[in-house]
Amino acid sequence: MTTLKVNGRDHQVDAEPDTPLLYVLRDDLKLNAAKFGCGLGQCGSCTVIVDGKAVLSCVTPLVLLEGKQVTTLEGLGSTSALAPIQRAFIEEQAAQCGYCIAGMMMRAQALLQRVRHPTDEQIRSELAPHLCRCGTHMRIIRAVHRAARMMDFAALSPANKEGAQ
Amino acid sequence: MKKSGIIGGVVAVLLVGGAAAAVAIAWRPAIAATDPAAEQSFDPAQVKRGRELAALGNCNSCHTVRGGKNFAGGLPVPTPFGAVFSSNITPDPETGIGRWPEAAFRRAMRSGVDREGRHLYPTFPYDHLTNVSDDDDRALYAFLMTREPVHAPARSNQLSFPFDHRVVIAGWKLLFLRAGAYKPDTTKSPEWNRGAYLVEGLAHCGACHTPRNALGAEQTTASFAGGDVDNWKAYAINAQSPAPVPWDADALFTYLRDGFHPDHGTARGPMAEVVSNLSAVPASDVRAIATYMADVFGKPSPVRKLQGETVLAQAKQGAAPPPESEGGKIYAAACAGCHESSRPPPYGGIHLGLSTAISSPDPRNLANIVLAGVVPIEGERSPIMPGFAAVMNDRQVAVLLEYLRSRFRGHPAWHDLEKTIADARRTQTAYVQNSAGPTNAPADPAQRDKP
Repeated sequence: MTTLKVNGRDHQVDAEPDTPLLYVLRDDLKLNAAKFGCGLGQCGSCTVIVDGKAVLSCVTPLVLLEGKQVTTLEGLGSTSALAPIQRAFIEEQAAQCGYCIAGMMMRAQALLQRVRHPTDEQIRSELAPHLCRCGTHMRIIRAVHRAARMMDFAALSPANKEGAQ
Repeated sequence: MKKSGIIGGVVAVLLVGGAAAAVAIAWRPAIAATDPAAEQSFDPAQVKRGRELAALGNCNSCHTVRGGKNFAGGLPVPTPFGAVFSSNITPDPETGIGRWPEAAFRRAMRSGVDREGRHLYPTFPYDHLTNVSDDDDRALYAFLMTREPVHAPARSNQLSFPFDHRVVIAGWKLLFLRAGAYKPDTTKSPEWNRGAYLVEGLAHCGACHTPRNALGAEQTTASFAGGDVDNWKAYAINAQSPAPVPWDADALFTYLRDGFHPDHGTARGPMAEVVSNLSAVPASDVRAIATYMADVFGKPSPVRKLQGETVLAQAKQGAAPPPESEGGKIYAAACAGCHESSRPPPYGGIHLGLSTAISSPDPRNLANIVLAGVVPIEGERSPIMPGFAAVMNDRQVAVLLEYLRSRFRGHPAWHDLEKTIADARRTQTAYVQNSAGPTNAPADPAQRDKP
């Protein structure tokens, strides 16, 4: 049994230490946002956040995750309470088939946590490891900018303002 | 470098530099500036030849910076004596070489002196470029003078005393610059001689692959015995090569031309730029370089040959023993999916028994590649590997590297592995995360075959 921290909760996982995180998330924890694309760490659709950094879960064995915090798209928001990054992708209609989008959102989220207002160039460079065959790249870039603005707005909202002052 | 070596070196440089100054050897006249030549005054065929020669000389590696304009300079080149910044070699009249007549360009290539008569630091590899023929210098000049002029003033070098005084360079040249055209070896084939001319001259392979002495000059007694470049090891490319499978001319040609060979793997780090450039030059020149270098590597001993064959046979078998250690488990999930797949790149990588990075006595290249991965080149078919810096800490990388070393080579473990990994993390991941452009500088495919 291994203890795995996912979306703020401890999970007891009965899996071999060399099991890829993606399999544990989908098969054991039934968290299906992260997708199996190539299984080689080349397409980005399996991306999740580990300790604030975007990580390819299909080539990340369980043994590497001891004591680390895993965040999946389910941990950012839900259909009833969308996270800014999800709302932005919907408002920009940045998904067509949508298979790559969960991974795109996770790496974009990690970028926005590090850089509040990334340039086009930074977004392109950061998301370069992600493949999208539908060709919604320009909408994805707009969505990341939109999410950045939404996060600003959220930071200024009354609930957070008290804390800030 | 030992302290006594540094002091000895400083004294020697001062003595030699001083003596040189005393007899006015250091003085070089200025060559009168001319108006920039019109682009139309150059023969397009010569400009095209110059483009190929510039690629063979890997000029863009130092004279173009990431995100900067072509050949506008500004790259800091770290040396044990401080940083030297590469210069602007575009035809800009104020900040480039626009007002240099061809004679001034040729003098710079031959003896490392700029138009005004100032000695240039030997980070500009004129100890090799001195061999370049008049015709080739003329073509290179034609190519550079027809590039887009870029206004980019030179950045000041950051050198410690006494190396910040250019008179010291005159002393260095007395000691280490052997000027003169390449003399063909009549006992060898024309192809071999062509390769020798390029390798020892314009391509300046030894600048990275030969170790340097206390004064920063290549050790003539240790040609191609391996050197350092940025935070990478430039492997020994002579009989001391750590490659598990011995190199031959055919393998060298494929590797240098395509950047990949199935028995050796892919070129990465600073070598990626070299093979990128070599994909844009005549195949005959790459073939010549391979022929000459195969001779430098030498014929492998029967033992070495057998070792190579054994490794190749193991690689074909594939199937790994069940990994029990922590390193083995990391390997099974993170590496084996590609490296034991027998698929060609980009869907698979070489069997790691063939990896020179793992058999090298220096673990830096392996640490760099595990952390930063291999970033694909935009718009080109190229190898790809994800980096693991985000998910592995230094200890975990060390555990993996130790596993790879013992499983695939059985060589003695590396020393100070965690420090190497921490250094690699600082230099490589900062580089990858902060850079906007590709990690490699490809020869722009859109520009190929144009003058």
